[in-house]
Amino acid sequence: MARPAPDRDVAPTVQRLRLRYAKRGRLRFSSHRDFQRALERALRRADIPMAYSAGFSPHPKVSYANSAPTGVASEAEYVEIGVALACNPDAVRAALDAALPPGLDVVEVVEARTSDFANRLEASVWRLELPGVSRAQAERAVTLLLAQTEVLVDRMTKNGRRTFDARSAVIVAECAADAGLGGDCAILTLVVRHGTPSVRPDDVLSALSRVADLVPPKPPRVTRLAQGPLDEAGTSVVDPFAPDRAG
Amino acid sequence: MTPSTPRGASVFDALEQLLPFVTKPIQYVGGEVNAVVKEWDDVEVRWALMYPDAYEVGAPNQGVQILYEVINERDDALAERSYAVWPDLEALMREQGVPQFTVDAHRAVGDFDVFGLSFSTELGYTNMLTAIDLAGVPLLAVDRDESHPVIVAGGHAAFNPEPISDFIDAAVLGDGEEAVLLITDIVRDWKREGRPGGREELLLRLARTGSIYVPRFYDVDYLEDGRIQRVAPNRPDVPWRVRKHTLMNLDEWAYPKNPLVPLAETVHERMGVEIFRGCTRGCRFCQAGMITRPVRERSITSIAEIVQNGLEKTGYEEVGLLSLSSADHSEIADIARNLADRYEDSKVSLSLPSTRVDAFNVDLANELSRNGRRSGLTFAPEGGSERMRKVINKQVTEEDLIRTVTTAYAGGWRQVKLYFMCGLPTETDDDVLQIAALASEVIRAGREASGRKDIRCTVSIGGFVPKPHTPFQWAAQLDHETTDARLHKLRDAIRADRQYGKAIGLRYHDGKPGIVEGLLSRGDRRVGAVIRQAWADGARFDGWSEHFSYDRWMAAAEQALAGQVVDVDWFTIRERQRVEVLPWDHLDSGLDAEWLWEDWQDALAEVAVDDCRWTPCFDCGVCDQMDTEIQVGPTGIVNLPMPTLPDRSPVLATTGGE
Repeated sequence: MARPAPDRDVAPTVQRLRLRYAKRGRLRFSSHRDFQRALERALRRADIPMAYSAGFSPHPKVSYANSAPTGVASEAEYVEIGVALACNPDAVRAALDAALPPGLDVVEVVEARTSDFANRLEASVWRLELPGVSRAQAERAVTLLLAQTEVLVDRMTKNGRRTFDARSAVIVAECAADAGLGGDCAILTLVVRHGTPSVRPDDVLSALSRVADLVPPKPPRVTRLAQGPLDEAGTSVVDPFAPDRAG
Repeated sequence: MTPSTPRGASVFDALEQLLPFVTKPIQYVGGEVNAVVKEWDDVEVRWALMYPDAYEVGAPNQGVQILYEVINERDDALAERSYAVWPDLEALMREQGVPQFTVDAHRAVGDFDVFGLSFSTELGYTNMLTAIDLAGVPLLAVDRDESHPVIVAGGHAAFNPEPISDFIDAAVLGDGEEAVLLITDIVRDWKREGRPGGREELLLRLARTGSIYVPRFYDVDYLEDGRIQRVAPNRPDVPWRVRKHTLMNLDEWAYPKNPLVPLAETVHERMGVEIFRGCTRGCRFCQAGMITRPVRERSITSIAEIVQNGLEKTGYEEVGLLSLSSADHSEIADIARNLADRYEDSKVSLSLPSTRVDAFNVDLANELSRNGRRSGLTFAPEGGSERMRKVINKQVTEEDLIRTVTTAYAGGWRQVKLYFMCGLPTETDDDVLQIAALASEVIRAGREASGRKDIRCTVSIGGFVPKPHTPFQWAAQLDHETTDARLHKLRDAIRADRQYGKAIGLRYHDGKPGIVEGLLSRGDRRVGAVIRQAWADGARFDGWSEHFSYDRWMAAAEQALAGQVVDVDWFTIRERQRVEVLPWDHLDSGLDAEWLWEDWQDALAEVAVDDCRWTPCFDCGVCDQMDTEIQVGPTGIVNLPMPTLPDRSPVLATTGGE
């Protein structure tokens, strides 16, 4: 006989909390799925009173937004959780940060006072360290890229090889050099608009290689510095938590 | 490694350059919750522990996790973990000169004092060679000097380490907890004394304990026909036989206390607690059951404490109550009920990996799945016919099996999986074909009992490989051609069953990998050259069908055994006689050779042997020889107190600061 799903009380959501976390150092090699498992375990270790979905296998209420690719570090990843008892956001931040391994660090927690958070993440700021590439080489390549209106690149996705434009999503591309890293190491800062398919830093690197033959001799180190809405000028990214704080 | 790099330095910077180019780089970075990193210079003895398979298989291994904790609890020692790297990373490491590393502090394995490998299966041998080679350590033990780690093998496969005796310095038989402490003491003292006598003296000190096997101190002589004439120690004070380690009083060894929580996805995403060690059911094919005697139970209170502590420290949602046959714990019903009560309102699920064929086992599964989905249950009759089950001493009748599965189907379970073996001693086609009839009857009776048509039965059948220290150690392994032919007949018989065939699934593998496993299981020192050749020809990850190549192994065997009177068939499909000296006879698992032989004769006569937990001792020899005893309950503790939980979580808005 099939048994009906248990009709125990499901803990309903009384409060939603938005988390900003960082993915640093060696843990930048964790994938999105790796982070999901780590977070769900940390929520239990930290004794966060999670709200759960109904059904045979209840799941904690967690929604993820727009995660950085495996291998890319980030200072600005976002997650929203639903809790069944009202919590102190600062206490949640401290408890969850302590429960996650070092390198997955909870930076900030705010109570959600607005909806539609995911759509607020309009663009990202990326920092690309290019060891073995001089500032002059990088600048030349960026100038060539920005002179184009469209640069087609391709990438393997879950649905096979896709070809798309990696140029028009790039709002800002600036070069600097880091003397402290020893030898040539250009630093490229990008502001890239989110879209479908999303243009990732490696797509911009593919575009640079296409327009200027720029191929970094060593693997670049990439960090997402920020995510959020674009400002009125449409050139820089502002804090996505601002409306929640104002609320 | 360059000479300027200090020992114990991290190689992560070099490794990091390679990680963007390999699959699942997270498996190489460490950083697990509850991992331990100690200062290199704060300790005297440093262990690198390796499970010689991919991280996803090795990281959840309980044995390695326990030894890692036991060693790291000492102030004078540290332990770090290493796993087999996939071929994509291996190629890059060779190209860039990055050595085999530990995932904890990314230290070069070659820098450690002891390199311990745990072999659950012989199919990890080639991965060991990759690791030794990547570590910059000579492959052959005789070529090593004091700058190299002492390489120690453990795990079930170490009960016949002869095929890898050229590559290892030592082997430990049996439970590792006390053995690693003993080795640590010996290495520490030898280093403190200024390494007197060099590596030879250190190995002699290990060998003289009588419980650590050092192959180089034993000479093997052969007869003209290829059989072993004699295995004898070649140094004074080195014992003729080496005995296994047996840990008593499991409650005093409540590990793991700080279970590792990998970031990478692994094969077991759960917290494991070993509820007892050993098994005396006496299944004649089962090496684990023979070499881990006697049964030593963990008490219900200790189990509950380990579970509670482990859940708090890991955040896991599933608990596995592990052992060789978990339903056999003397207090399993109370354990299951208490834990199910305790965690009823949490999201924690309990699992009991038991395949015992009886209705009680179904009751247990029902208890543990009170609120969960009842998807599938697994039972292991192992032999397809009544006769076969007598040969292997699996005391299950067809009636038992049908009663058990109908109880399961009636209880709401939709799918039953049945484990069998093919190629057992004295087996005929008919014995295996009876599996098809049995499966049909399972479906027929199951439909009747449950009133449903959508129930299923999956038959999973593996090739039998005779193992050392079992009554079947003398048996001829079935050749792979006959194994495959028999399995195809079974497949055809199930397909031909128009009435129930569609409800029966069949899972099987071809017989070739079993021949290589058989060669490595019952091989002697001459097989070492085959392993080395196969590895040189590219053998890696032999437990993975996508990497395993039978042809490569056979070509390697032909080359390495050229000019010898022995070949692969000699090691595998040949039956041994009582008088033959077996390669592992000098390694003492406690089992009396005479008893094993009589049990082999009983098998051929289809005579059953009972379980000594509930019948008088039948003199298998282990307890006398090893000075051990059966340790089982009941403790009389029926109800556990519910754990005390903090009243309020500190994260709540109404607690603390506001």
